Amino acid sequence: MNKVLIIGATSAIAQEVAKLYAESGSQLFLVARNEEKLEQVAQDLGVRGAAAVATHVCDLIDTACHNEILRIADKTLDGIDISLIAHGTLPEQKDCENSIEQTLQEFQINLISVVSVLTLLGNYFEQQGKGCIAVISSVAGDRGRQSNYVYGAAKGGLTVFLQGLRNRLSKKGVCVLTIKPGFVITPMTENFKKGILWAQPQQVARAIVCAVRKRKNVIYVPWFWRWIMFIIRNIPENIFKRMSL
Amino acid sequence: MKKDYHSWGRYPKVSQKIHEIRWRTESFPNVDSSNGFIPYGMGRSYGDVCLNNGGVILHTESMARYISFDEESGIVRCDAGLSLHNLLQFIVPKGWFVPVTPGTRYVTIGGMIANDVHGKNHHRVGTFGCHVNCFELLRSDGKRLTCNSKENADLFAATVGGLGLTGLITWAELKLSKIVGPYIDTETIRFGNLADFFELSQESDKTWEYTVAWIDSLAKNKNLGRGLFMRGNHSTRVDTKKSRRLKQKLMVPFDAPSNLLNKYSIKLFNNAYYRKQFSRTVHSPQIYDKFFYPLDGIGQWNRLYGKEGMLQYQCVVPAETGYDVMSEILSQCTNKGQGSFLSVLKIFGNKKSPGLLSFPREGVTLALDFPNRGKETFSLLDTLDKIVIQAGGAVYPAKDARMDSASFKAYYPNWSKFAEYVDPQFSSSFWRRVMDKAG
Repeated sequence: MNKVLIIGATSAIAQEVAKLYAESGSQLFLVARNEEKLEQVAQDLGVRGAAAVATHVCDLIDTACHNEILRIADKTLDGIDISLIAHGTLPEQKDCENSIEQTLQEFQINLISVVSVLTLLGNYFEQQGKGCIAVISSVAGDRGRQSNYVYGAAKGGLTVFLQGLRNRLSKKGVCVLTIKPGFVITPMTENFKKGILWAQPQQVARAIVCAVRKRKNVIYVPWFWRWIMFIIRNIPENIFKRMSL
Repeated sequence: MKKDYHSWGRYPKVSQKIHEIRWRTESFPNVDSSNGFIPYGMGRSYGDVCLNNGGVILHTESMARYISFDEESGIVRCDAGLSLHNLLQFIVPKGWFVPVTPGTRYVTIGGMIANDVHGKNHHRVGTFGCHVNCFELLRSDGKRLTCNSKENADLFAATVGGLGLTGLITWAELKLSKIVGPYIDTETIRFGNLADFFELSQESDKTWEYTVAWIDSLAKNKNLGRGLFMRGNHSTRVDTKKSRRLKQKLMVPFDAPSNLLNKYSIKLFNNAYYRKQFSRTVHSPQIYDKFFYPLDGIGQWNRLYGKEGMLQYQCVVPAETGYDVMSEILSQCTNKGQGSFLSVLKIFGNKKSPGLLSFPREGVTLALDFPNRGKETFSLLDTLDKIVIQAGGAVYPAKDARMDSASFKAYYPNWSKFAEYVDPQFSSSFWRRVMDKAG
């Protein structure tokens, strides 16, 4: 039985991960912004077999509440084995180009708020000397592309932050997992045209749970994104800048 | 792969907007179309009851969470978008089963209520609607009504079998049936003609929970109505495996050429299938999904019918004239050389459904499917309609894409009473057709 903290628990991928942990009888502490939705997710996980489900409503953009989340989660679960950070937004790149406010807002959600949580969780897990911190980053963070570089830069920053955190915590027996999903069919991507590369959140969730168990460092989900991004990362900049990716 | 929101028969082709409903607390979107909304689960109804040309479909597949489950009493409450597939994976290992199941597990609970589906045990337990304790109905005026046989009883009756027209079912509570394990003890018996079917049915319905027959739709004269009779009971055998995942093994990856299923191939298949077993009777214990959902093993099997799609036709007629009417229907098909690829025959019992517009009623039911060959197929089905009306029977809306207004009103004399409960902002391609409205 695991004690699992999930931040951004109403996101499609987080819900699927939570189902898998619930089915194996874990204890769950769920954090999300919308109380109505969070309640529905918690009921579902309770029926599916979770040993206990506790919820906490909080808008994660407000970093002042992060300390409190961790304090209550620790108290409720009595120690945390696994934490998953799954909250985030996918902005319209064009809107960001025309609005400083929106661009900074996206960094606030996808990078700053996550870094804030990770700072606290990093210290918590370091002291605990065990456990896993799993964070959803993105393949978009592997290289800046004209179609998506605001989101990509936030996720890229997050990926680098996680590298450093992993380097620091590995000596203490704490595992830091960077999850890089490709295209996933979720509400976040509702308006996208779907193609053969698209994955279901269930598929991504299975890969995440498996990677946590195997104490992996970085996963691409589905796996083939590792090779797609390998190619994309290695295109010389002089050629890359003329492409429209 | 942009998901196409067609129905299982892939006829008719329509153009409609899709709105995702992911949470049972959501409200409806603002809409500028006069054609309004129709709920759409997994698109397994065959015709156009789940389609809304020029309007909006409310796609409910992601609204799929449990609310409560009492392992002692077998009462489960869940979102209406939850699939039967997911429900079974959850309840079967706990020793429970759905009281009624259709022939596919890729349907939502909401869809099962809205079409008041039936199964191989109709003669024992009636329709799915007979086992629904209550549900919540969201109407376009924003009201959320809990409906059961006492509270909002009129809306409950209109919604069971109400084809999604009375509003959106957000969650439902069902009473499950106790089972020992996932096995079904089955028997398959070859029979030589229609008279034998009636005899076998009469004998079996007393001692067998599940009965159904497949028939060779192209057999003629003295062989008319020959087929395989399948019957089953829940086995007392305990499952030895810890976990089972129901999997799709095969997938039809693209549309077959439209003439793959022709007179000759259908005849060949039917003939071979009739002779698939060497002895007259075969006994075998089967895992439940093999018995109930043989076609679910082949993903998107509807593509075998080519891009023109297929037309299903399921009717029920009173038992007294059942033999004569079924003979006439089968003769019509064989005479016109329009064999049905899969034809299914079953006796319905006398348990009444609470649904105002429910299809199942006491009598004998026959389901046929035809590749869509345009005019020639449609005119055959019009002929069948005349026979069924004459016999005082009915045709199943969930499988229909073409019945006219007059036939519908003859099959469902309650239609005008039902119409009073239709939500003013709900409509479907089916409903406009049978109400003789444009669009």
